[in-house]
Amino acid sequence: MKIAVTVNGERYERDVEPRTLLAYFLREDLGLTGTHVGCDSSSCGCCVVAMDGDRAVKSCTMFAVQADGHEITTVEGLEQGGKLHPLQQAFWDQHGLQCGYCTPGMLMTSYVLLKHQPAPNEAEIREAIAGNLCRCTGYQNIVKAIQQASTELAAEPAAAAVGS
Amino acid sequence: MATTTDDLPARHSLGKSMKRKEDPRFIRGKGRYLDDIVLPHMLYLALVHSPYPHARIKSIDKSKALALPGVKAVITGEDLDAAKLEWLPTFHGYDKQMVLAFGKALYQYQEVAGVVATSREIASDGAELVEVEYEPLDPLVTPFQAREDKIILRDDRESKTNHIYHWEVGDKAKAEGELDGSAVRIKERILSPRCHPAPLEPCGVLADMNKATGRLTVYMTSQAPHVHRTAFSLVTGIPEDKIHVISPDVGGGFGNKVPVYPGYVVATVASVIIGVPVKWVESRTENLTTTGFARDYHMDVEIGATKEGKVTALKVSTVADHGAFDAAADPRKYPAGMFGIVTGSYDFPTAFAEVDAYFTNKAPGGIAYRCSFRVTEASFAIERGMDILARKLDMDPVELRRRNFIKKEQFPYPSPLGFVYDSGDYEATTQKALDIIGYDELRKEQAEKRKSGELMGIGVSTFTEIVGAGPGKHFDILGIKMFDSAEIRIHPTGSGIVRAGTRHQGQGHETTWAQIVAEELGLDPQELLVEEGDTDTAPYGLGTYASRSTPVAGGALALAARRIREKGKKIAAHLLEASENDVEWKDYKFNLKGVPGKSVTMKEVAFAAYTNPPPDSEPGLEATYYYDPPNLTFPNGSYIAVVDVDRETGAVIVRRFLAVDDCGVVINPMIVEGQIHGGLTEGFAMAFMQEIAFDESGNNLNTNFTEYLVPTALETPHWETANTVTPSPHHPIGAKGVGESPNVGSPQAFVNAVMDALAPLGITHIDMPLTREKVWRAIRDAEAKVS
Ligand code: FES
Ligand code: FES
Repeated sequence: MKIAVTVNGERYERDVEPRTLLAYFLREDLGLTGTHVGCDSSSCGCCVVAMDGDRAVKSCTMFAVQADGHEITTVEGLEQGGKLHPLQQAFWDQHGLQCGYCTPGMLMTSYVLLKHQPAPNEAEIREAIAGNLCRCTGYQNIVKAIQQASTELAAEPAAAAVGS
Repeated sequence: MATTTDDLPARHSLGKSMKRKEDPRFIRGKGRYLDDIVLPHMLYLALVHSPYPHARIKSIDKSKALALPGVKAVITGEDLDAAKLEWLPTFHGYDKQMVLAFGKALYQYQEVAGVVATSREIASDGAELVEVEYEPLDPLVTPFQAREDKIILRDDRESKTNHIYHWEVGDKAKAEGELDGSAVRIKERILSPRCHPAPLEPCGVLADMNKATGRLTVYMTSQAPHVHRTAFSLVTGIPEDKIHVISPDVGGGFGNKVPVYPGYVVATVASVIIGVPVKWVESRTENLTTTGFARDYHMDVEIGATKEGKVTALKVSTVADHGAFDAAADPRKYPAGMFGIVTGSYDFPTAFAEVDAYFTNKAPGGIAYRCSFRVTEASFAIERGMDILARKLDMDPVELRRRNFIKKEQFPYPSPLGFVYDSGDYEATTQKALDIIGYDELRKEQAEKRKSGELMGIGVSTFTEIVGAGPGKHFDILGIKMFDSAEIRIHPTGSGIVRAGTRHQGQGHETTWAQIVAEELGLDPQELLVEEGDTDTAPYGLGTYASRSTPVAGGALALAARRIREKGKKIAAHLLEASENDVEWKDYKFNLKGVPGKSVTMKEVAFAAYTNPPPDSEPGLEATYYYDPPNLTFPNGSYIAVVDVDRETGAVIVRRFLAVDDCGVVINPMIVEGQIHGGLTEGFAMAFMQEIAFDESGNNLNTNFTEYLVPTALETPHWETANTVTPSPHHPIGAKGVGESPNVGSPQAFVNAVMDALAPLGITHIDMPLTREKVWRAIRDAEAKVS
C-alpha cells in the first residue's frame, strides 16, 4: 500500500506491506533506529513517537498505513538547529538514562506531556510516564529531568515547538 | 574506618559527578544497539518453540516452511547433530546444553527448529509452518518432584538421576551440635523465587561469515565478548583469530547477556553455511521463557543463639531448581557461586551451608540477576533469618544485628565459610542510616499505630556483599582465570584512548574509566576516549557482571595508568634535565624535588614521548595491565524500609526507603546514586511483583510484560540514599563496586518491613513476591485463627 507520512518535518512516500508496524517502518524503511522495540505486548513504551505533535503513540501497536497523512516526530527530530531539546539536555544533566534503551520513548512521552501540561507536578509526571518502562534508572532522575525541562521551557516557550 | 565522602581530600577527577560521556548519542536516538545494525543481503532467523514442557519429538516436517517463498533454510537439532554442533558446553563445564531440542523437548518454549528467511516477517511465517509431532510426557515441575527420580529427565547423561550436584562448605557436625545446644533456635523454609533479569533490550545476534576473508564477525548483545569469542571457537573449531565478536551498545544486561543462547548458535551456523549475514533478535516472550533465569533456591535456614542474642551457629540447606540443563554461569570451583557469604555481616563462630541442585522441566539458567553469583539468595536468607530470630528473642532487629556485627577491628575477617572480608564499618554505616531515617521516632509511631490496629512496619537489612571475581586462583570461566585488563594509549597532544576487557550495559564506563585514568595521570577525562566490546581491539577480559568491572578492570586501569606514569617519569627527568630520582609525581604533575615551580605536566611528557624521547629509549606512551586481584571486595550497606499495610486489601505502601551504602572509594557519585536507584527498583520488583511461575503441568505463567511485571514510575517508591566510605585495602584505588548492592540488599528490607507490620497478627514469613493477594490471604487466615 502507498502511504505518505511526514517524519521529523520531511515527507516520505513509500509502498509498504499492510502488516508493517509503524515501529519497523521508521526503523527499517526510514533508517530511524532511535525508536526502539522492547516487547510484544504494548507494555514497555520504548517505541513511543509523537503523532501530529500532540499524541504519544506506541509505534509497535500501529500499522505504518495508519500513519498515512499524519506527522510523526521521533527522537531524532527533537534536536533543532544543532541545539538539544530542553528535555534531551535535562536527561543528560540529571542522569536520566543509563543503558539508553528506554530513553527515546521516555523523551517522546515527556515531550507530549509537556505540550499538554507545561508544568506537571511529580505525581502527574509519574502517571504520564507509567506506560514507559525503564529497567535501569528507577525513574527518580527521569522525573527530575522532566521537571528541569518544564522549567526551562517555561522560560523560553518557543523551544517547545518541534517539527511543525 | 568509615568516613563520609565530604571528608575525602579534593581530587583531580575521582569523586566528581561528571556528566556521562556516552549520553550525547543516546539522547539523540543515535545509540547503536544490536537490532540497529543492518548488513547487505542480511537474512533473518525465527525459532520454533515447544508447546510442551516435556515431550518426545516424533517428527519434524520442514516441507511446508521450505515451500514458502523467501525461506532459505530450516534447521533442526538433527541437522546440528550431524554437523556436531548440537551440544554446547556450559560455562563451568560440568554439563552440556542442547542447542535445538533433539529427541526430547525438555521445557516449554524450548527451541526446536530455526527458519531462515529474507525478512523478519517471512521467517516468522515460516516458523508457523514447521510441523512438529510431539508425544507429551509427564513433566517435573518442582525440584522436590525431581528429587524422587521417578521420571528421569536427561537420558543423554550417564548417571540416571535428576540430582546434579551436592555442594557444601563449613563444619556440619559442629554447626549441628551448636544448634542443638543453643538456648534459642529458629528454622524457616525461605524461597528465593525464580525470576528473570529482563533487560529492556532483548538478546540478539547478527552473524556475518565472510567467505572471502574467512572471518566470522559476530555482533551480539554480550556482557562478555572475549569469553564468547573463545566459546565460539571451542564449539565450532574456527580458530580464534578468525572470529571477531562485537558487542555494540547494550540495552541493559543484569546477567541476562552472559550465557550463549541457541538463537546465537543457529544464526551463526546459518551464516557459516549460507555465507550471508543472519540476524536473530528474540521477542520478549522468548526472552522471558528461554533465556537465563535467576534464583529458584528453596532454603532451610537455621540459626542458634544465646538468650542475650549472641548468635552461635548457622545452617542453611538449599534445594536448587536448575531447569533442564545445568547452565548456571558460575565459576568452576563454585557451583553454588558465592553462596558462602550467607553468614553476612555477623560473627558466627560456626556455620554450614549446602546446596543440592536438580534438573526440572524448566528453562536453564541460574544466572545472576544483578548479583554476584548467588549472593542475593544468601543475603536474603541471613537477613530474613536474623529478623525471625529477633522476633523470637523479642528483641529489636537492629539491636540483634549490632550485638553480632563483625567489628571494624576484626578486618581482614576470615569467615567460617572461607572468605576473607576486606573491610567495613557496619556499626558506623548502620548508625548513619538510623540517624537519617529517625529510627527511634519511627518505632514510637509504630507503637502508637499498633494500639489502633494499624499495620505499620519497619524493615532493616544490614548486608554484606561479595563481588569482584576474582582471584584467578579460585575463579574461572571455561578455565579462563577471572582477571581483567586495560590498555591506555596517550596521543602526542595529551589526549588518549582507553580500552578495557569489560563491556558496560548502562553502568557508565565511558565516563568512570576516563575518570580513573585521568586521576592517575592528571589528564582531562573529557579527552580520554573509552572503548569496550570489540574483541579485535580491546585487551582480553572476562566482562561485566557480578559487580566485577570496578573491582577488577578498575584496578587494571589504575595500574596501567601507573605504568604510563613510570615511563613518564623518565621522560620528565629528561625534560627537567635531572636524574629520575630527583623527580616526583605530586599534585598531578612531575616536579623536580626541592625546586618549587620546576615541573612538567603529563601533557608535556606525552608530546615529548613522540617528539623528544630520552636518548636510547623507546618512543611512544602506552601501557597494558592484566590485573588478577588478590581478593574479592566486600561492599556493604544498611537499608531501612518503612511500609504501611492495608488490612482490608493487603496493599503495601512503601512510605520511605533509605539506602546507606559503603562501596569504598566512589569514582562518580552521580553514577553510583543512579546505580543504587536502579538496583533498588529491581529489588522492589522482586519483593513485590516478579516471579516466573509454573502451573502443575509445567506451563510458564509469566511469558510477557503483562504477566511478568516491571515496576512503572507509579509504583516505584522515592529512594533516599547516603553513603560511608571504607576503602578496600587491596584495591588500587580503594573501590569495591556498587552495581549490585542495592539489588542484593533491598528485597529483605522490604520483606522484613512487611513482616514487621504483620507481626501483631502472628505472621512470621511469606515468600516473595509479596503481591497484594498473598498478603491479603495471609492476613485473612491469621485473623480467622485469632477469632
Ligand atoms: S515495543 Fe514495547 S510498547 Fe512498543
Ligand atoms: S536507561 Fe536502561 S531501560 Fe531506561
